[in-house]
Amino acid sequence: MTPMSDVMVLLLTFFMMTSTFVKNEPAKVLTPSSVSEIKVPEKDALTILVDSVGKVFMGMDNQGEIREVLSEITGLFGVSLSAEQQANFLQDAMWGVPIENLDEYLKLDVNEMNKYIQSDKNEGIPLDSIENGDGSKGMSQFQHWVKAARGVNDDLKLIIKGDQHTPYKTVKRIMNELRDINENRYYLATSLKASED
Amino acid sequence: MAKQNASKQKKMDVRVDFTPMVDMMMLLITFFMLCTSLAKPQSMELVMPSNDKNMQDEDKSVTKASYTITIYVSSDEKKVYYVEGLPKYDDPSCIKETTWGKEGIRSVLIGHVTEDGTQPVLDVMKAKAKLDEKKLNHPKDWPDSLYNAELSKIKGGDVTGTGEKIQTMTVIIKPTDSAPYSKVVEALDEMQICSIGKYVIDDINPDDEKLLEQRGIK
Repeated sequence: MTPMSDVMVLLLTFFMMTSTFVKNEPAKVLTPSSVSEIKVPEKDALTILVDSVGKVFMGMDNQGEIREVLSEITGLFGVSLSAEQQANFLQDAMWGVPIENLDEYLKLDVNEMNKYIQSDKNEGIPLDSIENGDGSKGMSQFQHWVKAARGVNDDLKLIIKGDQHTPYKTVKRIMNELRDINENRYYLATSLKASED
Repeated sequence: MAKQNASKQKKMDVRVDFTPMVDMMMLLITFFMLCTSLAKPQSMELVMPSNDKNMQDEDKSVTKASYTITIYVSSDEKKVYYVEGLPKYDDPSCIKETTWGKEGIRSVLIGHVTEDGTQPVLDVMKAKAKLDEKKLNHPKDWPDSLYNAELSKIKGGDVTGTGEKIQTMTVIIKPTDSAPYSKVVEALDEMQICSIGKYVIDDINPDDEKLLEQRGIK
């Protein structure tokens, strides 16, 4: 018995030391493989998740910063959220609902929220630009989110996490929108290629 | 006699039951095993040119056509199309077809001969192999910072280490709208494998579209 429990204690400590918890992402994304060995930055990261049909989600690593970004965005779009709704927002690993639906979405129960964000009803963060009052092209909700995040943290690193089957059109659109607000440096999340062909 | 008595008392059973502890440990281990992601995701750094029109014109550097390869990434996952030099929009046959991987696009890039008879990609890769060998033989003399500085010098064309620069290749990657993201990353990957320092992802323009359409490429 003793050797077994010894081994188990060892295993347990190993897992406790090395573990980084799996984040619950709203969409299942299989990243493309590459030979690049640069690690994904863990701090100051803004992850832009693009699923295989082109829905866009976002996530940040720092809860405090998410709170600031949220208050900035809600202020900008004139949405008022209760303390409970804000707590709900922070509970989710990633967000990706159009601002019009934010209020309704955050009123839901946590389990319902997960279902909603994954369902076909939800369209992700819209990339369409909002027209200004004078009819000129303004920034899209997506750009507002990124800009707010940049305003909160100046060292922000943008990680684009796309699915293998995401059409390049969507990725191009995201990059173009980012380039419009002078964000030209990205990390493309990939997984290590198993064997060199 | 008294001694015997004392020893009898010590023969009490002192074994502690460890089963609950082991049970709990099992549970904890399973919990951690299920909840961890051991494999850290990798990433690839990408710098895109700014959308600012004023800056773009200034940054345009002139490269000889034979030092350029244009790669078209299409929705076809098996094949990749390329043009040696800049695409000739009136001649669809300038687009050549190859496969992904070592035998295909990589050998095209490495084997590319310029108008001056040089093979810039091959030269850069040879210089990199030499650097890697040096690093392997004397790992202590080559910390990562020095290695990376040296590598970027080589990628910039300084293959001999004397400061004399050869002209390097420029690769333009043009993915079509329906190209899967994984293939775009694979194209970027080839740039890394072939140590090509100058590459850019460019949007496909109407002329390219026409050219690809004539060849029936989506």
